[in-house]
Amino acid sequence: MSENKGVLVYCEAAGGKLTPMATELLGAGSRLAAALGEELNAVLIGSGVSDFAQEAIAYGAQKVYLVEEPFLKDYSTEPYLMALEEVVRQVAPEIILLGQTATGRDLAPWLAFHLNTGATMDCTALEIDPASQRLLMTRPVYGGNALAVQVCEFNPQIATVRAKAMAPLAKDSTRQGQVIKVAVGIEPAAIKTRVIERKMEAAAGVKLEEARVVVSGGRGMGSTDGFKQLAEIAGVLKGAVGATRPPCDKKWIADTQQIGLTGKVVSPDLYIAVGLSGASQHVSGFSSAKVIVAINKDPEANIFKVAHYGIVADWKAVLPAFTAKLKEVAG
Amino acid sequence: MKNIVVCMKQVLDPEVPLSLFKIDTEAKLAVLPKATPPVLSPFDENALEAALKIKDSQPATITVLSLGKKLTRAVVKASLAAGADQLFLLEDESFGDFNTFLTANALEAAIKKLGQNDLILCGIQAADTNAGQVSIGIASLLSMPCITFARKVELVGDSVKVERTLPEGYEVVEVPAPAVVTTSYEVGALREPDVEAFMSAGKKPLTVWNAQDLGLESGITGRTSFLKMYQPARDTRCEIMEGASPEEKAVKLVTKLKDIKVI
Repeated sequence: MSENKGVLVYCEAAGGKLTPMATELLGAGSRLAAALGEELNAVLIGSGVSDFAQEAIAYGAQKVYLVEEPFLKDYSTEPYLMALEEVVRQVAPEIILLGQTATGRDLAPWLAFHLNTGATMDCTALEIDPASQRLLMTRPVYGGNALAVQVCEFNPQIATVRAKAMAPLAKDSTRQGQVIKVAVGIEPAAIKTRVIERKMEAAAGVKLEEARVVVSGGRGMGSTDGFKQLAEIAGVLKGAVGATRPPCDKKWIADTQQIGLTGKVVSPDLYIAVGLSGASQHVSGFSSAKVIVAINKDPEANIFKVAHYGIVADWKAVLPAFTAKLKEVAG
Repeated sequence: MKNIVVCMKQVLDPEVPLSLFKIDTEAKLAVLPKATPPVLSPFDENALEAALKIKDSQPATITVLSLGKKLTRAVVKASLAAGADQLFLLEDESFGDFNTFLTANALEAAIKKLGQNDLILCGIQAADTNAGQVSIGIASLLSMPCITFARKVELVGDSVKVERTLPEGYEVVEVPAPAVVTTSYEVGALREPDVEAFMSAGKKPLTVWNAQDLGLESGITGRTSFLKMYQPARDTRCEIMEGASPEEKAVKLVTKLKDIKVI
């Protein structure tokens, strides 16, 4: 156990830079490393990832390990797992942090089972227990109705972290660090999974995860038209439209706009929840919003226990006047 | 004849009203409310639907595995009513809490005991743990691939072909069978049982295995443990807009949001 040292952060990049998630992980990792008196390192796997090494250092990494191959351009379990395992073998970290992203949710459990250790998923808080020096991992369970604090007795301790739960360090481009290229002998032919087709369907407009304002609708919206009204509000406020699961099931809005435990996690300045009850699974997706507003005709709806401001009325009667006044004030 | 295994977990109903939800802080688990019976984890129901869709188009035997400390027969037998061919209950005192490692090992042992299979289906994550690890654990222990977030699953020759959701799109992948595949709701809601299926459910084979039957070493400890489980205090006080009409309330709300400078 004592041979494992330091915190290793699995960083992802998109759109020419580290993802916000990666910077948040480095922030969390730096605080854990400081508490342990150990190093913070980063690992980047893919094609062209050396472009992001300096950025990882600017956000706190002391060493950045790179596994770079053209055939690693898109995520695939087997080769990425092989690459990560090789880096972990060389680095022997005590703690490994990944984002609760499509990649992190895949790699973390695989890594845990391969290394005979435990992974703890979707953590919203991380700290080092001063007595045991072990990582205390807090995560929502029961759809967000409860919180659990878990600890792993084995090394490395692996955790995936929820988006927007941790703060990044201030970017410091004067920070110095080491970039280490790791060669991993991956035979592309040995990979069992064959990708036949891949299609991106990015929604137009402001990205949910980046929107300052999110206007969301639930089952109560009743139809695609209901969502058109929300889109109008989002347009005035330069925000994005989100939804709970039922509207996505009913095709009133695209699946990519789902917010919640199995959808996207957003952290806007303003979250307007219209015609949705506020079930924990959905609340999990926006609970860190600064100001939460609810419009629902049911005064007992759970959303009113979560919102800061609310109107108890049918949204059909509220939205026209709400939109008109918004245009006057913010348009 | 294809052999499909579907892992279905009995969980506390995720739709239980918050007022009835309570954590037993000693046991570090939720208390099963008497008013709401447990259910099959929703994504596991989608997994069964994926299996039934395959069976719609080719001969297949669907075996459901359900693991827990104490399984409610009416709940788990709904899988037979929906169309599964046989049900194996893995019941043991040690199968009680959120133990990823033990659960994956127990399911692996059961799957091995069942013999040859072409496909193992699970939901993306259980409605109580929300972790999504056991399916990958099973795949790891069985040395199989695990394809997650499937919205369409097919058995084509000796391959498993899966259309899976990506955060901003989708991809179609193929792996040699057998493989583990996890399903989300896009695969389709579990079909309602027809009267015939409902009636014949009682006659379909139901077997119960315990940890000893599975050859599990006693006292398999999890790789993580729970220090604490609690319900966070809800301290937000919602300011409800007053007004003679919804329109008046709407205007008040906009003014308020402008005042606090959020718009």
